[in-house]
Order: sequence, then C-alpha cells, then structure tokens
Amino acid sequence: MNVTQAFKLAIKSLRTSKMRAFLTMLGIIIGVAAVIVIISLGNGLTGMVEQQVEKVGITQIYAYTWGMGDGTGKNVTPEEMYDLVEAHPEAFSGITPWVSGGTGVRQGNSSFEKSKIFGVSEAMYRPETGTTLDGDTLSKGRYLQYVDVAQRKNVCVIGAYLEREAFQGDALGKTLKLGGVPYTVVGVIQQKSDTMAEGGSDDTVYIPYGNAMQMSGSRFVSLYQITAVSRDTVAEAKAILLDFFQTVFPGEDAYYNAYYVETMLDQVNMINTMMGVAMAVLVAIAAISLLVGGIGIMNIMLVSVTERTREIGIRKSLGAKRRDIRRQFLIEAGTTSAIGGLVGILLGCLVAMGIGSLMGGMLVEQLGAGSAGITFNATPTLSAILISFGVSVGIGMLFGYLPANKAAKLNPIDALRYE
Amino acid sequence: MEHLIELRDVYKIYQMGSEAVHALDGVSLTVDPGEFVAIVGQSGSGKSTAMNIIGCLDVPTSGTYRLGGVDVSTMDDDRQAEIRNRMLGFVFQQYNLIPKLTVQENVELPLLYAGLPSEERHARAREALERVGLAEKHRNLPSQLSGGQQQRVSIARALAGRPSVILADEPTGALDSRTGREVLGFLEKLNAEGDTVILITHDNAIARRAKRIVRLQDGRIIYDGGAGDPRAVVQPGEAGEEEQA
Repeated sequence: MNVTQAFKLAIKSLRTSKMRAFLTMLGIIIGVAAVIVIISLGNGLTGMVEQQVEKVGITQIYAYTWGMGDGTGKNVTPEEMYDLVEAHPEAFSGITPWVSGGTGVRQGNSSFEKSKIFGVSEAMYRPETGTTLDGDTLSKGRYLQYVDVAQRKNVCVIGAYLEREAFQGDALGKTLKLGGVPYTVVGVIQQKSDTMAEGGSDDTVYIPYGNAMQMSGSRFVSLYQITAVSRDTVAEAKAILLDFFQTVFPGEDAYYNAYYVETMLDQVNMINTMMGVAMAVLVAIAAISLLVGGIGIMNIMLVSVTERTREIGIRKSLGAKRRDIRRQFLIEAGTTSAIGGLVGILLGCLVAMGIGSLMGGMLVEQLGAGSAGITFNATPTLSAILISFGVSVGIGMLFGYLPANKAAKLNPIDALRYE
Repeated sequence: MEHLIELRDVYKIYQMGSEAVHALDGVSLTVDPGEFVAIVGQSGSGKSTAMNIIGCLDVPTSGTYRLGGVDVSTMDDDRQAEIRNRMLGFVFQQYNLIPKLTVQENVELPLLYAGLPSEERHARAREALERVGLAEKHRNLPSQLSGGQQQRVSIARALAGRPSVILADEPTGALDSRTGREVLGFLEKLNAEGDTVILITHDNAIARRAKRIVRLQDGRIIYDGGAGDPRAVVQPGEAGEEEQA
C-alpha cells in the first residue's frame, strides 16, 4: 500500500467521525495558533523598531570624547577625527561634530533666550534620504553645506518655532543675531513636536560647528555623530574608533571616562535580543499546548487502534505487513495533526491581524508625531508558518508512532477474533 | 510429485499455566491442487489451529509445513503476510469486510498489499465480483448488502488475489440455511473450475459437500478419506452432535 492510498484512507477515517477528529486536533490548533500569534506580534514589534531606526539611521555612531580627567586637558581635535574618518572610506561615510553653542537668539528687537544653538557640519544632512542624521526633514531652503562649514560662514538653519515666532513664518534669507553676530537663515526644519514650545525641539538653531566652538570658547568637540557606510560596516567602524581612542587615551579606565562609543546598531541589537528572548519564552509556553495536543492525538489513536483491531486483523490476513499497518496509522496521525496545524496557522494569522491592528494603532499613536510612516505589521514569517506546519506534522507522527506500532504488532489471529 | 499443502508431524502446543495443551498432536496431511477438502471436528478438536497454521496465520511448535513446496513453518510475521497475500484466499464466518470501504475497495485490498497498479486492481476486482455475480454492487458499502451477498463479496476478495488455496472458515455459520447452501454451491463451483478449496466446519452436513473429509479429534486426524464413507461423519463419542444435526 502506498502513501497516497494511506492518505486517502486517513481522510476517509477522519471524515467518518468529524467531531472526534476536530476535538483531537483542537490541542494542535490552539498550540499552533498561539505560536503564530506570538511570532507575528513579535515580528510586528521588531519591524516597528527597525522602521524607527531606519528613520534615524541604523548606521549612526556616537563618539563621546570628554578628554582625560587628569588635568592635562588632552583631547582629540575635530581635524584628527576628520582625518580618521577620511582614512577609512570603506567604513565611514560621514562625520559631524556636535557642539553646543549655548542659548539665546535675537531678531530685531525680540529676544529668544531659550533657543538652543548647535554646531554641526554638512554631514548632519543626508541628501540621499532628505533627512538629517536625527531624522528631521527640511520644510524650506537647504541645509548647511560644505563651504558653509569650511569657511565658517554665518548661516543657520532654524527650527519651526523660531520661524513662526521670529519671522512670522517667512524666515528664508533673513537674519538672526547669535551672540551679536548676524546669521542668514538658509533653511527651516519641519515642525517636530505637536506643541511648539519655547525651548522645545522646534526652538533650535543649527550653525557650522566652527562658529559654535568660537561662540562657546571651547577648543574641543565632545560629541561626534558619525555614520558608517552601511549596516555591515558599523562594527568595523566602531572598532576603528575604539582603536584610535585607545592610542589617544591609553589608561585602563579611559573608556567611559575619557571617551565612549555607542552605535545605533548595538542598541537595536540589544532591543532585538531582549525581544527575541521574550518571544522564545512565550513560544515555549505555547509549545506546551502543542505537546498536550500531541498527547491527545496519541490517546485517540490508541483508542482507534483498539476499536479497529478487527480491521487490522483482516488487513493482516489479506497480506498487510507490519510496516503497511504502521504506515496507515502514522499517516492518519500525521494527517490529523497536519490539518490541525493548517487550521491553527489560519486561525493564528487571523487573530494576529486582529490584535495587530488594535495594538498597532495604539503603539503608533504613542510614538507621536515622530512616527509618521511607521506601521505595525503583525504578520508571521513564511519560515514560522512552514516550521509550525512541520512541527505539527512531526508531533502527529511522533505521538502516533506508539499506537501505530501497537497496531502493527497485533497478532492476526487475536485481532480477527476480537469482538 | 510436489503436494500443494504438506503438513508433516505438526504439533502445536500451548502453555496454559503449568499445563501443556496439545492443540495439534502430530498431524500429517497433504492436499493436492484441485481438491475440495473439508476439515471437520468439534470445537476443541484442533480444527481452528489447523486452519491458522494452513492459513499461515500461525506457526507450528514443531513439525514442518510446506505450502507450494516452500517451508513456511518458520517464517516471521512479514514473510507470512507475503505468503498469505500470494497463496491464500480467506473466507471467514463473519465475512470480515471492512465496513467503511466499498465492495470494490474491499475486494481490491489483497491486490493493494500485493502492490499492483490501480488499473490492474480495478480490473481484477471487477472480474472477481463478476464471478460471484455482484459486479453491479461494487459501489455499495458492505452494510447495504445481505449476509449472503456479503459472504459472496468476501469470496470475491479471496479470489481477486488468484490464490493457490481458498480457505473457508465456517463460511455458512452466520447465514440461514438457504443462503448457506448458495455459498456452498459457490465454493463447489469454484472447485469445479479448478480452484483448491479447504473448508473448515463443525457441521457434518456441510462437510459432506466436500469430496474429501479430514476429521480431527483431540488434535489428531481420526479419519481422512472420501466423503461418502460413513466413518467420515459418524464417530464414536460424536453421536450427540449427530442427533443435534
């Protein structure tokens, strides 16, 4: 007897007692559905994190250099950092110093004491995505350019709050005074917060970092925002930075004290690892119901073997070998749990979609205005579906083996005599 | 000449607690192709054990059994299944059809285990059903047929495998006397067409329909000969049964 016939027979046998077949499958259905739901929601969350990071940039590296606390004031210069980045074009694609230029802006007779001034370079802007390294987009004009930074031109890019308050919404080409020096507005950043508050994230001015250093009177830059060429070169870029800092700050306790390097990728990986662990625990719990489902199948198959003892005897008397009988029952168990698995996958996908659209809406809402374009897709991966299906068939076969073997070993004389 | 069935000094001993029960106590028997033999005896005479051994459902404790020239007395489960499939066709008292399979599917079962392709299975099953006159019922379930018809289906199933021996175990036991006679008529017809038939029964009246009777008592053969001989049916100590019949 070949597999197709055994399969047809299995279907026939399931159809003769539909209720029993359904109840037998229920454990597998619930187990598989739970696994699919958990994996789908986990994927949705991971996807959301990825999207968020994609906006900010997965290739971001933050290098902090506070200098040695030994009174020498020894630190790296922006030129050294530029040289380092330029020396490794395979790893780095850009660097911008990040200098605080203090607060306080004047425009005409108005004064904006809480406006924050930051010194950055043109590398803060990524033309390929049209966003800054922080994920902001421009609503008007342009960003700082190479010549602005190299020649320390007195130009600035301002936040939406300043444009509205200082220029009544028309700032391009007009001037602001920073520390008494006039700066021409060349660009305006898209509104970021819902409530544009004074001193908030929209009350900002970006100028070339050289100008900011001059304003604050500092010789050194304590934070660099660096971009790696791609996700794959982040680790390499971090290693190059660490190597470099180690030669500059050789002390054992220099890391964390004199310098520190963190990458977006590390953070994302950490989040993903944590979510992965949480998901694994949940899937393991769900898998217990698969186990229970498997035991249910074994139980019913044992009953079925007993009920069909006479049939087994007849088949054996007509020439069925042990392996024919074993295969028949194994395929029946496998088919039962495979159908259960399919129903479970379907149910799981539906439930995941339902929960996903509810939860996704709430999550995206919580992220606020920064979440534009971020979606929550609670969909299972193809591999999760295939593995769930495989596991459910496997469970059927595994737990079906004992009853199938019992059937195969029945003595035909006893089986024929069984009433 | 090679006999189709050759039992030589066959013992079957069951251990019942401390007591050894000799279900077969040194049975020697040969059957040639084309014979119609009835193995007859009371319950406990050893005829069921004889049928199990001849049917390759069981192996003797000692002695040899050659079927078609092959020693099958020491074969394992699976080899025996193969021999049953190739050489033997069973007709049981309770018909033993599988209730959820159609008549056609039931008849095809031995061919399925023989690994025949589906067209050949269909053709041979149809042919066997035609031989028992039930070709038009091939789509029915066994439960939709009368007892006599079901028994004819089981005969068709036995024939489909083109066996060397048809082994009928109390084939009329579950039928009324008219349909029982019909079924016996079938077996006679098959024998007339060349099939070897072995009939196992406790009923002398039925056994008489065979050409040769082998009478068992307490695990031994006490008569082996023509059905016409009075000793074939009347034995000392069996008078009660005779009166009943």
